[in-house]
Amino acid sequence: MPLDLSPSDEQQQLIDAFAALYDKESPTERVRAAEALCHDPELWRRLLENGAVEMAVGEEHGGGGATVLDLALVAEQHGRHLGSAPLLEAQVVARLLGRLCRLGGLGGEAAGSLLGDVMSGDRLVTLALRPPRAGVLTMVPAGAVADAVIFADGHELLVTDVASGRTPVANLGSLPVADVPAAGARPLAAGPAVREAVESALDEWLALMAAAMVGLGGRALEIGVAYVKERHAFGVPIGSFQAVAHGLADAATLHDGAELLEREAAWAAGEEPARFGELAALAFGFCVDAARQAAYRSLHYHGGYGFMLETDIQLFWRRTTAWPAQYGEPDVAFARAEARRLGMSIEEA
Amino acid sequence: MDFRLGETAEDVRRQAREFLDEHLTEEVVARMEATGVHHDWDFHRALSDRGWVAPGWPVELGGQGYSVVEGLAMQEEFHRAGAPTYGVGTTMIVAGIIRRVGTDAQKELVIPRALRGEIVIVLGFTEPECGSDVAAAQTRAVRDGDEWVINGAKMFTTNAQEGDYAFMLTRTNPDAPKHKGLTTFLVPLRQPGVEIRPIRTLSGERTNLTFYTDVRVDDAMRIGEVDGGWDVMAVGLSLERAGAQGGESIRMLDALERWAVAGDEGSPPATDRRVRARLGRAAAENEVSVLLARRSAWVQDAGMLPGVEGSMAKLFASEAITRQSADFLDMLGPDGIRRQGDPTAVAEGAAEYAFRFALGTTTYGGTSEVQRNIIAQRGLGLPRPR
Repeated sequence: MPLDLSPSDEQQQLIDAFAALYDKESPTERVRAAEALCHDPELWRRLLENGAVEMAVGEEHGGGGATVLDLALVAEQHGRHLGSAPLLEAQVVARLLGRLCRLGGLGGEAAGSLLGDVMSGDRLVTLALRPPRAGVLTMVPAGAVADAVIFADGHELLVTDVASGRTPVANLGSLPVADVPAAGARPLAAGPAVREAVESALDEWLALMAAAMVGLGGRALEIGVAYVKERHAFGVPIGSFQAVAHGLADAATLHDGAELLEREAAWAAGEEPARFGELAALAFGFCVDAARQAAYRSLHYHGGYGFMLETDIQLFWRRTTAWPAQYGEPDVAFARAEARRLGMSIEEA
Repeated sequence: MDFRLGETAEDVRRQAREFLDEHLTEEVVARMEATGVHHDWDFHRALSDRGWVAPGWPVELGGQGYSVVEGLAMQEEFHRAGAPTYGVGTTMIVAGIIRRVGTDAQKELVIPRALRGEIVIVLGFTEPECGSDVAAAQTRAVRDGDEWVINGAKMFTTNAQEGDYAFMLTRTNPDAPKHKGLTTFLVPLRQPGVEIRPIRTLSGERTNLTFYTDVRVDDAMRIGEVDGGWDVMAVGLSLERAGAQGGESIRMLDALERWAVAGDEGSPPATDRRVRARLGRAAAENEVSVLLARRSAWVQDAGMLPGVEGSMAKLFASEAITRQSADFLDMLGPDGIRRQGDPTAVAEGAAEYAFRFALGTTTYGGTSEVQRNIIAQRGLGLPRPR
C-alpha cells in the first residue's frame, strides 16, 4: 500500500484506548492536583496496568513488541492530556534494557533482571539525558520519582539508585525532575555497541517527546480556536479578525506539519532505520516550536484570562517549553540531526 | 500508516532523474539564467517526446495515467533540479479546462498541439489593479457580431513572449454583480493590438505586462458561457493537482551543506554547532514542506479536493524559504551577499539567489494572506471577517 497517512485499524484502536484512559485519569483537575507532587501515582498505576510500559518491550523479552510509531501515537495522547507520569522515560529505558539483553555479557544479565522489575512496575527506572557534570546528573527526567537512573559516561553505561541523595527541583513544568549524584553508581555495560544503544534510546526519547508535543500543541490549538469563536469584542467573535485568524492559521499549519514529521520519524524507526536518528531530532526541534506557537497564540488570544492560573491554557503553555527543556532547546536537536545528515560521528559533533 | 510513496511512484522518480540527467543540460540551465525565462523549447519538446506533458491525464488522452502521488514524485525531482516547467504548467492548466468545458473545435485546436509540445498558453487573470481579488478584472470584452473586441491590460503574463495564446479573464457585463459579468477567452497572442512589455523581477525571472488594444477574438475562442467566466475559473481550480513543495529550499540546503563540510583547513563550518543548528532547522522545514505536499496528493488520490491541505503546503513552503534564505545570508556574514554567478560567490550563491527568489513564492499562486484565510475559515471554521 503506497503512502497512507491515516492510522490503521489497530493503530486507531490503540489511540482510542489511550485517549479513553487519559480522558478518565488525566482531566485538567487531576493535572492541577498532581502539580504539587509533579506526579500522579494513580495515573501511573493505571498506565502500568494497561501495559503502557510492557508494550514497549520486544516480544522476546515478554513485552508487547510495539513499534516506535505505536508508542508515538500513545505519546500524542500523553501530551494531549498533559499526563503527569514518567511514561516516556519508562518506555525508553525498558527498550534500552531489552537492547542490552540482546548484546549479552554481564551487562546483559544485569539488564535482564532490571528489565523484569521495570516491566512489572516494581521499579521505576529512568534515563539521564546528559552525562554527569561535576559528579551530578542534573535535571534528570522523572528523577524525583524514579528508583534508579541509568546514564552514560563516555563508553560506559551506569546505574545508580536514587532513593537517597537526590534533590527534587521545583520547576516551570511541574515535572518530577531531580538533580542526582552520580557517585556510587555501578557499571552496567560498556563498549561502542553500548554507546550506540544509548544514542538509540535518546533518539527514541526525542521522537516520543516530539509526539507528546504534537498532542499537547494540537489540544492547545483546539482550546484557542474554540475560545475565539465564543469570545466577542467590538460586536463580533474575535476569530473573525484576521490578526487573530491568521495567527491561528499559522499555528495550525505548523501543527499539521509537526504531526506529519513526528509520525514519519516514528515510522522510520521500524521502516527506514537509517533515517531514524536524523528524523527524530528534526521532529523534536520542529514539534517543540510548533507546540509553543500553538500554546502561545491560544493563550494570548484569551487576553487577560490567559494569564490567570485558573485558565487551563497556561498548563499547556508552561509544558511546551518545560518538557522538552529536559533535553535542550530546539537548536540542540537541530544540530544533532544535522550531524547525522552530514555523516559526522558523535565525537565530531 | 506508510510514508513510502510506493514502488510505482519511486519508479517514476527514477525515470524523472534519468530524464533530467539527459535533458536538463548545462546549456538549458545557462539559457534560463541568461534570459530569466523558465520555459525552454528544447526541454519542452523532450518532455513531450517522453509523454510527460500531461503525466496525470489518462493514457487514451495522451497522458501516462499517473496517480497524483506518482505525478508528485516526478514533480519533486523536477522542482529540486530547477527544471523549466512554468510554460508547460500554465499550458496544461488551460488544456485541462478546455478538455472539460471546451467545444469540440477548441479541443481539436488546442489539445493535440499542447500534447505535442508545440504551443504555450499563458494565464491572463491578474491585472495592474487587481491581484488576489481576481474577480475584479476590468479588461473589457465587447461583442461585435461573431467577434469580441478586447481592451485592457494583464499583469504578470509570464511567458507571453513565448506564448501562442493567453487564457484571459475579461469583463463582459459591467452591470452584473462582480462574479457574474466575467467571460474567459483563449486569445491568440501573435496579432496586432497585443503589446508585450517585459518586467524584470527580483529573482532575475522575466515576466510581462501585456496590453490589449482593440484585439479581436472570434466567438469560437470563448471558453464557457458568456458571463460564465467564474464557473470556468472554478473548473480550473478543481483540476489543480497537488504540487510539489520545498524543491527550491532543498536545492539551497544541498549547496549550504556542501559548503558546510568543505574548506577551512580541517575546521569546516559544520564543526560549529550553531551552523549545524541553522542547517538542521532548514532540513526540518524542508521535510515538512515535502510531507505537507505529499499529504495533499494523498488526499487528492482519495478523491477529495485538498483545499486546506494545499493551502498549508503552499503557505508553509513559501514562508520557509523566505526565512531560511535570510537566515543563511546572516550566517554567511559579509561574504554571503556575493552575487550568485560571481566567481567569488559563497555556497554557490544559493542563499543570495533564494533571498531574491523567495518573496515571489509568498505571492504568486495565492498570497500567504489568502492561504491563511482559507485555513482559518475552511480548516478551523473561524467566522469570515465582516
